[in-house]
Amino acid sequence: MSSPGRGQLKIYLGYAAGVGKTYQMLDDAQELRRRGVDVVIGYFEPHGRNDTIAKGEGLELIPRKIIEYRGTRLEEMDTSAILRRRPAVAVVDEFAHTNVPGSERLKRWEDVRVLLDTGIDVLTTMNVQHLESLNDQVYSVTGVRVRETVPDWVVDEADEVRFIDLTPRALRNRLERGVIYGTEKAHQAMEHFFTESNLGALREIALRYAAHEVEEKLEARPVEGFSEGPPERILICLTGNPSSASLIRRGKRVADYLRGDCLALHVLPRGGWDEVPATIREAVERHMHFARNLRIDTHAISDADVPAAIANFARARRITQIFMGRSAPRPWFKRWQETLVRQVVALSSDTQITIVAERRH
Amino acid sequence: MSGATDRRPNPEDLLRRVEADERRERRGRLKVFLGYASRVGKSLRMVQEGRRRKERGQDVVVGAIQPVVPAEVQAILTKVEVIPMVRWVHAGRTYEVIDLPALFRRHPGVCLIDGLANDNPPGSRNRKRWQDVNDLLDRGISVITAVNLQHIEEQQGAVERITGKRATQCVPQAFLADADEIEVVDAPVEELQATAGEAGIRDPRRLSELRELALLLAADVVDQQLLDYLGSHHLIPQWGTQERILVCLTPQSDPEMLRAGQRNSRRFHGGLLAAHMEQEGLSATDQKLLDQQLAAAREAGAEVHCLKRADFVGAILELAREQRVTQIFIGHSLRRPRWFRRSLVDRLIDAADSIDIRLFPHRGKP
Repeated sequence: MSSPGRGQLKIYLGYAAGVGKTYQMLDDAQELRRRGVDVVIGYFEPHGRNDTIAKGEGLELIPRKIIEYRGTRLEEMDTSAILRRRPAVAVVDEFAHTNVPGSERLKRWEDVRVLLDTGIDVLTTMNVQHLESLNDQVYSVTGVRVRETVPDWVVDEADEVRFIDLTPRALRNRLERGVIYGTEKAHQAMEHFFTESNLGALREIALRYAAHEVEEKLEARPVEGFSEGPPERILICLTGNPSSASLIRRGKRVADYLRGDCLALHVLPRGGWDEVPATIREAVERHMHFARNLRIDTHAISDADVPAAIANFARARRITQIFMGRSAPRPWFKRWQETLVRQVVALSSDTQITIVAERRH
Repeated sequence: MSGATDRRPNPEDLLRRVEADERRERRGRLKVFLGYASRVGKSLRMVQEGRRRKERGQDVVVGAIQPVVPAEVQAILTKVEVIPMVRWVHAGRTYEVIDLPALFRRHPGVCLIDGLANDNPPGSRNRKRWQDVNDLLDRGISVITAVNLQHIEEQQGAVERITGKRATQCVPQAFLADADEIEVVDAPVEELQATAGEAGIRDPRRLSELRELALLLAADVVDQQLLDYLGSHHLIPQWGTQERILVCLTPQSDPEMLRAGQRNSRRFHGGLLAAHMEQEGLSATDQKLLDQQLAAAREAGAEVHCLKRADFVGAILELAREQRVTQIFIGHSLRRPRWFRRSLVDRLIDAADSIDIRLFPHRGKP
């Protein structure tokens, strides 16, 4: 939650394009304006939807910044201009958006944090599938790997998350009438991403997430006849294997839901980074960076005995659960991994060990 | 999409579905707006939808509206045909009742009914307004309605624990679950606090708890509808819309495993299942221990399954896939060569793609 002097963040959360997030956000902005609050539109993506465009009428618009990228003129939110204008409230559509290369910051959510830091309140929109922790779940349910993601802690910092609901039937009706995309694109969308089952599944995920967010905003409360148990401390065993990304997301998600701590460990050869081949080193560093972005406490230690290093680290750090991967790109590697799991099990006799599945579609 | 694999239906299922489809086709469609407290704006959303449908050419009338409505709602009501309610005095109390005969005669395409949980006076055709709605649906009239969480019968205990109050009027949850569409009307707690009247709840904590409950109720209804939809289209349910934890129990299971399962499923607002293997020649002591484990599992709210196949790994995975399990909790013992032989756990880990396996140390006696 926000500290004094920091702006308040309000997120309009939906489960797909077209449920009415932007419309509701602009409706609230108009209400603020009626009450005399100094509100401006920092960025707004109308997608050619007439009722949404009408909703924005009368609100002051901060012109977008033009960025030349590979000979194309692209438009982005002009964060500096908003800072100069210094409104009380800024409306910023599409929180998960990735900025054009060459922009000051990589992600729009980073721009929003800059606005919040200077005391500007922000209203923004996003879909549940852009949450980092739900990336694998969404992939498994829809077959779509969402690339633009927002770390969960950024959303957890919001002062208010409002769920914007619309039934899949109503959403598909709107698509069919060409409200959301043009009719041709709409038919394509309905046959692929916007199927009844995809929308139903995403909606369920979004409802549960919204409920979780409401609960997180309350302090932990003891439930009668139900022990919370000791605080969980989760250790993720990180490698250069591509499946480490899912492993990290999964461990962090469990830690967050159990309100526990989350650490990640990579065991290096005795000679340290120098003995790691460049390609693997690059992959490990990428995963470590990814973990740190999710606010996971990362560690690399050198030890020739990998299972012993993991077990000792877990004991020293009072770890309650170890998360390990299982995937097997090569037969020898697979045998080695199985051995690693079994060895860690044998060495950590009082720790729970989770072998994380590779989320396949 | 992996969820789209064909599943061959048996003839009885098929017949049931055809009958259900026919029933549904004749019946009107029911759409419910669900709110977590008064003043979230359900009535507004209901009449807005009515107006939109009218603009799109549907034949829309209002069959029931609350005695006092916000100005925004009133403004829309002037643009939609209203079938006036009948005033009925019984034992000194005035009731407003839907004029069913008038609605049947008028036979609109869509009818808006607010206050779904209202009681009708004694001597009416139906005791409850939701039963009136049912009659409208049976006659092929679609209904858009609105209801608050505290009026859902099965939620009343939980609501009372939060608010200390119990609403006198209620609607069975099955009626809601059976609706064609349910839509949540969510609103920030602060907005409700600001407009709370004398009787309204102001405490943000209580409001938040009600809000969470309403979102979870909607998620469960959506989950069931999704399963029905997939079933009727011969699709296999997808993994991962919620966390579902399966705890594998033996006579010697560490009780911590079940507790962890309960804790995790609660924190994830997911499902809890427990399974045990049917074994012959179990000693009386072990049988008693197992029975205790299963009783504890039921107490913890787990759905208990007994597996009757010799092939442990196959049986567990079949159950896990059918039940959309995302995490399997299982004990590992380096000493005990019974059902959780190391090789079994290893084989389970190998075979369980897209399911996490959490291994628990055995803390009991060897």
